[in-house]
Amino acid sequence: MKHGSAIIGLGVATFLVLLAAGFAYDAAFASHMWVLFFVLLISVVVLLRRTTFEPALVINRSAYMDEPIRYGVIATMLWAVVGLLVGVIVALQLAYPELNIEPWFNFGRMRPLHTSGVIFAFCGNALLATSFYVVQRTSRARLFGGDLVWFVFWGYQLFIVMAATGYLLGITEGREYAEPEWYVDLWLTIVWVAYLVVFLGTILKREEPHIYVANWFYLSFIVTVAMLHVVNNLSMPVSLLGTKSYSAFSGVQDALTQWWYGHNAVGFFLTAGFLGMMYYFVPKQANRPVYSYRLSIIHFWALIFLYIWAGPHHLHFTALPDWAQTLGMVFSIMLWMPSWGGMINGLMTLSGAWDKLRTDPIIRMMVAAIAFYGMSTFEGPMMSIKTVNSLSHYTDWTIGHVHSGALGWNGLIAFAALYYMVPKLWNRERLYSMRMVSWHFWCATLGIVIYAAVMWVAGIQQGLMWREHDEQGFLVYSFVESVAALHPYYLIRALGGGLYLAGALIMAWNVAMTILGYQRDEEPIGGAIPAMQPAE
Amino acid sequence: MDYHIMRTFADSWGLLAMLLFFIGASIFAFRPGSKVLSEEAARIPLKDD
Repeated sequence: MKHGSAIIGLGVATFLVLLAAGFAYDAAFASHMWVLFFVLLISVVVLLRRTTFEPALVINRSAYMDEPIRYGVIATMLWAVVGLLVGVIVALQLAYPELNIEPWFNFGRMRPLHTSGVIFAFCGNALLATSFYVVQRTSRARLFGGDLVWFVFWGYQLFIVMAATGYLLGITEGREYAEPEWYVDLWLTIVWVAYLVVFLGTILKREEPHIYVANWFYLSFIVTVAMLHVVNNLSMPVSLLGTKSYSAFSGVQDALTQWWYGHNAVGFFLTAGFLGMMYYFVPKQANRPVYSYRLSIIHFWALIFLYIWAGPHHLHFTALPDWAQTLGMVFSIMLWMPSWGGMINGLMTLSGAWDKLRTDPIIRMMVAAIAFYGMSTFEGPMMSIKTVNSLSHYTDWTIGHVHSGALGWNGLIAFAALYYMVPKLWNRERLYSMRMVSWHFWCATLGIVIYAAVMWVAGIQQGLMWREHDEQGFLVYSFVESVAALHPYYLIRALGGGLYLAGALIMAWNVAMTILGYQRDEEPIGGAIPAMQPAE
Repeated sequence: MDYHIMRTFADSWGLLAMLLFFIGASIFAFRPGSKVLSEEAARIPLKDD
């Protein structure tokens, strides 16, 4: 029977979840379990409708396992649009408070929906799909674990659904980027261990003697995120059937653990994993080997050893001991070097092929992504310097910095990787439209530039207004005056985010048409090769 | 193991061990003959699809 064990397992789980909803300790837990009950019930029904009793098809063990990657690509695209759309909504909520629809859709619940939506749902699915794609092709081996790969994919989607619905129901640990409560955290731990088994198993059975550097980055991302997630979420639930839990740490230790997690989520989820993406897809698209393989190894180890110490810069001028703040600052500045090592390596891979920038919008997108990586990894260390941080801390400058990294680096490199993979995964000759990739590129780039520039102005103005005092030492502005002053910037920021979302929608259309097998009739980019004029 | 033991370990032996590992990894990357091997490794993604 096809899907037999999955149907039985899910059926039992559905029944247990129904019991949990019935015996729930608090109302929020009951609501959340009802959500889970219906999600699982629908899964069981779908699987029952797709089951057959015919003998199982013989699987070609020598071929790559690409079906989960196809699902991963579609999930990435879907969550990108959802996450970015929620981003534009929260941007407008800040400009127009009337848009806060209580209780489920006010800013406090929508903001984690946006951050988790783009980081864990969009970027996380991009990492799952590309890591499975890259590890098979650079190891020349089929994914290890068989149906375990499907468990990882669907288990991760279930984590996203549970996290997202939990936020809207008001279930949160209140830890930035680690908001899901204890039972969702436990589920993610199980899924993540399965992910590690699949990835590591594939590396262990590789045909290629050398482990390509992209896999080192992906593996460090998987291992470190497991460690960060487990330590930061050590907590004691109030009841086995309740939402609330209390952290194992208290006070400033808890804050430091949280930002050790938070900064390394940036460092390993959004940097190491995405560098893995860069080290495979940039050489492939440019059809040139990476500029310096030895530089990639050096900056890998430097990144690993330095990133883990940089977290305290999120706690400047707090109760955290001064030496720990300085340690975080110093390591953040040192981190500049390996970051730029990666940037140089990515950009120089194109040396001798720079003409492709004119004709290949995917290469253009990759180069812009690496340039934004370089820019935000320069801005980050600068903002971690205490004197700069005294102005930038808690202002919109930080929001601008995060978005130049997330939209510029993570967004663009993930989009470029998707554009590369889609025709290959669905055996299409080319994308539906290259010109639409170009439109996407310009919408996205213009959107990021508007976003980042307006947040610099807003953040610095905000910081200066907060610290402005008269000759007697009284503050010149009240807090609400600084809020009112930001209104026009918030409108322009929403415009920048809207442009970025528009680019993603163009991409969604392009990807969907490619998958359906259409090709747009269009002029090639760069025009025809100019005819040579013979000398007279 | 209390906080002070961990802290003292982190800024002495822990720091030294990590520094030595990093220096070792760097020397290993630039050992004689590694240039050819690393150029081969850099071509892995271009081999097949």
